[in-house]
Amino acid sequence: MATKDVIYGINGPVVTVKNTRTFSMMEMVYVGDSRLVGEIIGINDKLTTIQVYEETTGLKPGDPVYGTGTPMNVLLGPGILDNIFDGIERPLKAIEEQSGSFISRGASVSSLDLEKYWNVKIKVKVGDKLTGGMIYASCKETAIIEHRFMVPPALSGTVIKAEPSGKYRLMDTVVTIEDDKGTRHELKLCQKWPIKTARPCANRLPATVPLITGQRVIDTMFPISKGGTAAIPGGFGTGKTMTQHQLAKWCDADIIVYVGCGERGNEMSQVLDEFSELIDPKSGRPMTDRTVLIANTSNMPVAAREASIYTGLTLAEYYRDMGYHVAIMADSTSRWAEALREISGRLEEMPAEEGFPAYLPSRLSQFYERAGRVDTLSGSEGSVTIIGAVSPQGSDFSEPVTQNTKRFTRCFWALDKSLAYARHYPAINWMDSYSEYFTDLDPWFRENLGEDFIKYRNMITAILHEESNLMEIVKLIGSDVLPDEQKLVIETAKAVRVGFLQQNAFHKDDTFVPLEKQKLMMKAILHLYAKAKHIIAAAIPISGILELGLFERLAKMKYDIPNDKPEMFDDLITDIDTALAALTK
Amino acid sequence: MILDYVGVKEINGSLIVLDDVDNVSNEEMVDIRLEDGTVRHGRIVQIEGKRVVVQVFEGTKSISLDNTRTRLKAHPMELALAPEIMGRVFNGVGTPIDGLGDVYPVKKADVNGTPMNPVSRVYPRNYINTGISTIDTLMTLIRGQKLPIFSGSGMKHNELAVQLVRQAKISDGEDNQFGIVFAAMGVKNDVADYFRRSFDESGVLSRVVMFLNLANDPIIERTLTPRCALTAAEYLAFECNMHVLVIMTDMTSYAEALREFSSSKGEIPGRKGFPGYLYSDLASLYERAGMIKGSKGSVTQIPILTMPNDDITHPVPDLTGYITEGQIVLDRQLEGQGLYPPVSVLPSLSRLMKDGIGEGYTRADHQPLANQLFAAYARVQDARSLASVIGEEELSPIDKKYMEFGKLFEQYFVNQSYSENRSIEQSLDLGWKLLSTLPRTELDRVDDELLDKYYITDTEQLKFNTIENTSQEQDKDV
Repeated sequence: MATKDVIYGINGPVVTVKNTRTFSMMEMVYVGDSRLVGEIIGINDKLTTIQVYEETTGLKPGDPVYGTGTPMNVLLGPGILDNIFDGIERPLKAIEEQSGSFISRGASVSSLDLEKYWNVKIKVKVGDKLTGGMIYASCKETAIIEHRFMVPPALSGTVIKAEPSGKYRLMDTVVTIEDDKGTRHELKLCQKWPIKTARPCANRLPATVPLITGQRVIDTMFPISKGGTAAIPGGFGTGKTMTQHQLAKWCDADIIVYVGCGERGNEMSQVLDEFSELIDPKSGRPMTDRTVLIANTSNMPVAAREASIYTGLTLAEYYRDMGYHVAIMADSTSRWAEALREISGRLEEMPAEEGFPAYLPSRLSQFYERAGRVDTLSGSEGSVTIIGAVSPQGSDFSEPVTQNTKRFTRCFWALDKSLAYARHYPAINWMDSYSEYFTDLDPWFRENLGEDFIKYRNMITAILHEESNLMEIVKLIGSDVLPDEQKLVIETAKAVRVGFLQQNAFHKDDTFVPLEKQKLMMKAILHLYAKAKHIIAAAIPISGILELGLFERLAKMKYDIPNDKPEMFDDLITDIDTALAALTK
Repeated sequence: MILDYVGVKEINGSLIVLDDVDNVSNEEMVDIRLEDGTVRHGRIVQIEGKRVVVQVFEGTKSISLDNTRTRLKAHPMELALAPEIMGRVFNGVGTPIDGLGDVYPVKKADVNGTPMNPVSRVYPRNYINTGISTIDTLMTLIRGQKLPIFSGSGMKHNELAVQLVRQAKISDGEDNQFGIVFAAMGVKNDVADYFRRSFDESGVLSRVVMFLNLANDPIIERTLTPRCALTAAEYLAFECNMHVLVIMTDMTSYAEALREFSSSKGEIPGRKGFPGYLYSDLASLYERAGMIKGSKGSVTQIPILTMPNDDITHPVPDLTGYITEGQIVLDRQLEGQGLYPPVSVLPSLSRLMKDGIGEGYTRADHQPLANQLFAAYARVQDARSLASVIGEEELSPIDKKYMEFGKLFEQYFVNQSYSENRSIEQSLDLGWKLLSTLPRTELDRVDDELLDKYYITDTEQLKFNTIENTSQEQDKDV
């Protein structure tokens, strides 16, 4: 039901309407003659407050406000993949056709292409009983992803009419069902869903399957599970975006939702460029076939920035319900929190820490809790993994967004400025970072990679910790005074840092490393360590071992040994043995 | 129908409040006529029913509750644009102050601009050769990039900016289409004059559009200065197909003006009293750099900001760093050693460089060389901090080598004269020469193939002459 009310006051993106009882909280509204999209965020008996998702320049008191009767929602259907949307699911390519290179206000375009015909296969027949979430049809959305049409969660009933398989448009009714009360519902090729409500699932599953990323420091040292949550905090220039790009490119999720929330425009065009050139190794198709981009750059309206995160999540959950593993990259959640702060300031709410609203922690937890591996309503398994970048003010991890995010995520990949300065990428600090998924994931690693993998990881971690302790001493008195045994720890730790933790995103082999190779790399390092320790115990000075150049070989093994030739590690280990044997003679 | 509103309801800082105003739109411009006939300009910033808040650009001095007549202009703040703005000087809100009369507009544009559609952006790939070794090699400037200079009071950022303007060369030789937009916000008269003189001396003045808001000009104008400048830049770039370099100095003054304005509006302050929307506000400026499909031009920004107390975590440099594509950080210690330009290599960065260098742009060895230089110089810092504790004598031989490398690197690579214009080959070769003073086994960021090609084993060639000009010596080596 459309109602008409008029603007009373305007302050930046916040618009108020006086003396009205027609709107409900979180309802989506259109503001002004150019129909700018807005949302109701506050109601009292005198004033109704609207946040407008576009620039409010030129709005006047007395301009109309149109209600829509529904909360802020997105259209879900085929055509989402290989597309780029703004924060409220308006396709940017269509906006470009309509208004050119600069985004004009009130652009009204349909989220998805309504005119395109999809080759739909109908999977139900008359008399079938359908419940919410069940699949009634499917079509090929892109070359690698099959789009499955699901009954909206709240509906159920018996099929009384089903069209034959064939070509249909988004708004065509393909199946009609009748529920218990005799009401008929037409099922089309699309449905709407409010972005701030989580889509339901049958039940949640434990986090026992890792999301494999091919990044050594993540897979081995700080693994994340499918359906897990991770935060990547780091000051500017520490490589948050780079890490997110690497994860988006290489992680083994079926679908990637990349949300550029308040970030740089050039970065978004880089993602567009790179992903369309990049070929997905599993399917041989361009990366964009399994990617959705949500771009709300930092100069686009701030209110839409707040919505962009939810829009991305809703799209991710929609694909999860079809039975896919979805990973959502949110870059950056700090911009989203700042958008909350900005709106909160306009509403003159009482601020909590650093001007952020008091409800910041609850909003963050609501966001991260929408992640998870689940049994879907249609009986398959799907997951949403959330990886959120955090941009702490002044690179200070004690600020509210980082601290609150830490409470609600289970992986914390802390990016470190000094590592980034030394161009050690990914600059994930191995002392500050953690993953709570170890115990959940260990059975999987044991089963798929053998007992050794976990043993190696623990030994590597121990060496790094020992190095960190020794470095305290070295900083004070230099490394020369250390006994050979401790010097060996330092050399080995260096081999771990340079040879293993540091990974070159621009090298064709090193950009993605399979788990098997990760394990063998650790094995080679630990093998040299054990042998050398033995030799040092026999009172042979470490300088002799260092001169053999074995540590340098370890540092370069990531380049020297191709990913598909794990047998070359045997040669490396034999070489180590021969070289060291010559020393003891 | 044009209506005049007599008197004001309330005056607070640079804001006035009018009551009983009809038919007003958000961000609309107003003229305020005082009793003595002078006219001030203002902009609607808040509307509540019939009560509107107006921001007065020239300040509210001598305005009383009933000595003004206010007229609504029925359009937002616009800038008159024409190709003839080249070579002209404007004040902070785009009014000509060079005595050459008004610009006859080909077009009028809203100074707030509209956001560029990310789909329409062209990803910047062409590098700009600045002739400065540190910048070209380690933080390459790319056409369409926004690369700020983080400086401190009293450091040589102005000289560096002028040198950049003078030497900036685009690789494919479209120099004739090069333009400069200079926006001064709250800078001292002398500084503005220095820029004007330097542009004149290097013969680029006819290609410069200047927007001057000096330190004693009204702060409300200051909040509009960069917007005017960028509107002019966008016009020149995307409609006149020029490559425009925008220099904005000093962004800290701009942010402080914004803070002053915000607090007079009674807004809730965020960190250090700056308004909560500082990030969005700065982004609305910086994001106007770039290139778009269907236009040959580009907008490249070099904002300059002085870090209060040299603190890089201050909100202004901090938020800037999160928006811009890298930063050039100047270091007071290097400046103290008499090195110019005092570019602090390690915290400086160019995010776009990886796609604009290497084979086909600069040289294939560029990226690995840059990585190795960063890694080696980072190691120098470790050696130095160790030396400060145990003394240089006690360092291990390899740390001593690094100390030596650090000294040479600063003296020959970082340091160059104000007028020296090094080619990219010169800078890269110099980098290899410096790395060759370290043992080959230390160079773990480059592969053997490059080392075979560039690593210099002949110690004769590795001598650095302290008197001779490095670039001449470099010529001999090549």
